[in-house]
Amino acid sequence: MKIHVHTRVNGEATEFLCTPERSLLEILRDELQLTGTKEGCATGDCGACSVMLDGRLVCACLVLAPEVEGRAIETIEGVAKGDQIHVLQKKFLEHAALQCGICTPGFIIAAKALLERNPDPSEEETRYWLAGNLCRCTGYDKIIHAVLDAAADLRGGAR
Amino acid sequence: MSGNDGRTPSDKKWKYIGTRPIRHDGLDKVTGRAQFGADYALPGMLWGKVLRSPHAHARIRKIDVTAALALDGVKAVITGRDFPNVASEAAEGGEGAGDMADLAMNVIARDKALYHGHAVAAVAATTARIAEEACKRIAVDYEVLKPVLSLDEALAKDAPILHENARATGHEPLPKGPSNVASRREMGRGDVAKGFADADVVVEREFRTPMVHQGYIEPHAVLARTGQDGRAVVWCCTQGAFQVRAYSAKVLGVSTDMIKVIPTEIGGGFGGKTTIYGEPLAILLSRKAGRPVKLVMSREEVFRASGPTSGTHVRVKLGATRDGKLTAGEAVLVYEAGAFKGSPVTAAMMTVFAPYKLANVRIEGWDVVVNKPKVTAYRAPGAPMAALAVETVLDELAEQLGLDPIDLRLENAVHEGVQATYGPKYRAIGFVETLRAAKSHPHYKAPLGPNQGRGVACGFWFNAGMSSSANVSINEDGSAVVVTGNPDIGGSRASMALMAAEELGIPVESVRPVVADTEAIGYTDVTGGSRVTFATGMAVIEAARDVVRQLRARAAQIWSVELDAVGWEDGRAVLLAEEKNGHEPLSLAQLAAKAANTGGPIVGRAALTARGAGPGFATHLCDVEVDRETGAVKVLRYTAVQDAGKAIHPSYVEGQYQGGVAQGIGWALNEEYIFDKSGVMENAGFLDYRMPVASDLPMIDTVIVEVPNPMHPHGVRGVGETPIVPPLAAVTNAVQRAARVKLAELPISPPRLLEAIDRSA
Repeated sequence: MKIHVHTRVNGEATEFLCTPERSLLEILRDELQLTGTKEGCATGDCGACSVMLDGRLVCACLVLAPEVEGRAIETIEGVAKGDQIHVLQKKFLEHAALQCGICTPGFIIAAKALLERNPDPSEEETRYWLAGNLCRCTGYDKIIHAVLDAAADLRGGAR
Repeated sequence: MSGNDGRTPSDKKWKYIGTRPIRHDGLDKVTGRAQFGADYALPGMLWGKVLRSPHAHARIRKIDVTAALALDGVKAVITGRDFPNVASEAAEGGEGAGDMADLAMNVIARDKALYHGHAVAAVAATTARIAEEACKRIAVDYEVLKPVLSLDEALAKDAPILHENARATGHEPLPKGPSNVASRREMGRGDVAKGFADADVVVEREFRTPMVHQGYIEPHAVLARTGQDGRAVVWCCTQGAFQVRAYSAKVLGVSTDMIKVIPTEIGGGFGGKTTIYGEPLAILLSRKAGRPVKLVMSREEVFRASGPTSGTHVRVKLGATRDGKLTAGEAVLVYEAGAFKGSPVTAAMMTVFAPYKLANVRIEGWDVVVNKPKVTAYRAPGAPMAALAVETVLDELAEQLGLDPIDLRLENAVHEGVQATYGPKYRAIGFVETLRAAKSHPHYKAPLGPNQGRGVACGFWFNAGMSSSANVSINEDGSAVVVTGNPDIGGSRASMALMAAEELGIPVESVRPVVADTEAIGYTDVTGGSRVTFATGMAVIEAARDVVRQLRARAAQIWSVELDAVGWEDGRAVLLAEEKNGHEPLSLAQLAAKAANTGGPIVGRAALTARGAGPGFATHLCDVEVDRETGAVKVLRYTAVQDAGKAIHPSYVEGQYQGGVAQGIGWALNEEYIFDKSGVMENAGFLDYRMPVASDLPMIDTVIVEVPNPMHPHGVRGVGETPIVPPLAAVTNAVQRAARVKLAELPISPPRLLEAIDRSA
């Protein structure tokens, strides 16, 4: 028996049918074709599937799909607005903060969540906030630089 | 620092290489558009699932798939019996030793399951849930055998034997009859006994390191669509599309032209994606079902059934005179191969003393099978564990002799003209330069606090050449397309575009780099061995030079002069003669516009086997602080100095240094495969297999030394693998100095360090 779920994804009203045990990650990727959200572990340990659920940072693999009824989801596909990419996306490119790129969507979502709640994080705060996102390529160095630089840019822009 | 030392070819002022443009595939990767292995889907697609052995060592008596096939939604079930027997032959083009017969048996077990997680059967069904349910309904009759789970168990008398028909190869003395020794080899030179007799100080130490995983974040994924004629199209995340094609064809017993492999974006590999796992399974399931099949490993499957690198037992002995000159070296390297022969012990033998001038050496290497996953290449395969032993012994020698650890290494460092312990004579190399740069780095002079220690360690890696193809075509408006066959695992598209831009003399933004499938570009070996920027870059440069020759010929035709009268400067054809006769230089765009009237489209090509990959050397500095109450180690500061030859895109060179260091720190401090008594890995997930996270690490400082590789037109030497060689020893040396203990085993986890501290107290 499938459940009819009504939600908003990246600002758009979205409906889908699912059996109760399916994860939000499976629905995003396999039913809604939003494959920018990645699966690295499906156990909530790597952060590759980071999405925002009603403004809260979650691992989509740990959310049951029927739980998103009536709620709002933001995925990596919703971070750029039209032809404008987000400052974080720009800084990741400028700082070469990605090598293979599989963890990048998760990092950008998680970093965006950080900057929304703390516009001026220290290096240490940034490292601890992003400790739920695994990257095996970069050693995190350039990612941390990109996030701190984006934060500085965003603060400058607000002035 | 850019240490161009007057040698060719870096005298030249470069315009594009060495700059840091935004990578061409970057936008797709920060917006979620880039499609990785598991992101592909096709109409009518089925989901595959693999049934894996619950035993580490068992004979398979019978497999009954009737109940699985009867399940609604199940479209195909396959077992080892659906595959042909594959003859023993070397698996070419990948990284590290491999035998096709072993690869085939690793893809799916036949008579015996040789590790927990070994594939036994596979199912394709309309949903992943049904495929999982079907796997549960496959009845396998196992005769459970005693597993062999360590080197000591494998080499014990009366050890259970993994491969009854295999015999050890190599140098005598070898075990007689069946054993778990796949090979035992020796190499060396000089008179070791005399060398040690000449030494004033001799240090001998033993080390053990556990199996560790490459830890790429993207699990293996494949989508296969096979037609009724048996022709297959395969989308998969691999470091080598041509190797997937060749190996899968052999495992399936079909010719190469029956399989087309389209490499997707790849979410990390580090050597672990240079082989095949699910690809032949998906192809055969698709053939049987008549529908496309997608097969994606779970993280647990990645740990249990894909390429870790060897657990090792290494003994190293070094002798030195009072003034720090090494007199002799001896190494015994015993490496776990996992369930099938082919550990990277040979590379370990060749690298172990490679950085040092040693007249007298004896090296022994053992390749030993155990009931654990078959090892696969992992970044500088075999070298980090060997370097751990040598570099910690050197540190102890330095302490005993009262010498600075960098000075001791400088005293013995190899340089141009020295015969390497593994054979060849070094051409221009930058080892001494990395040592000097490390010694003069502010990091080396920074004060240390209580319970803090500084470790120094060096590393070497050969770097590979191998085969590559490249096409460069000129668009009608003078922009260009560069096509190669190497999946871009860390920014190589940008490097290819930079080298082409340099040769063509057009902005790097006007060059579009493309990764092609196996039917759209000539044969190309894996993205591995630190070879892409060197070897495929060489092909790109040759193809671009082919284009430039053609452009000069077009200009010569337009000007009615000989080809030799036309030069190529800064993206323009110029008449070399003093008397220009009114011939203004013709830009690439102008020549492109006239292409149709001067001979047709302009396409350059190159296909080559690259020789002369310049070896990579690195010197690392690591500061740690030890908590004597808990045994926890905090890495405070890290500096990686390495010779890049010429850094084409410095940001991605730095990224390679930093990434290798992070993996090495994880290997040193946290990561290990933990098995229970029956051979089941107990930590097959990211929560318990603890890779470094952002809060575990400091910023990783890098210094790019540039001693150009004379064998590459832009001076490039590979950079990807060397960075993981020194960190195991750099961290260990730092912890030993901080905690005033001697360590003999990795990882230096808190309980292990605490035990060492208690022992020394």
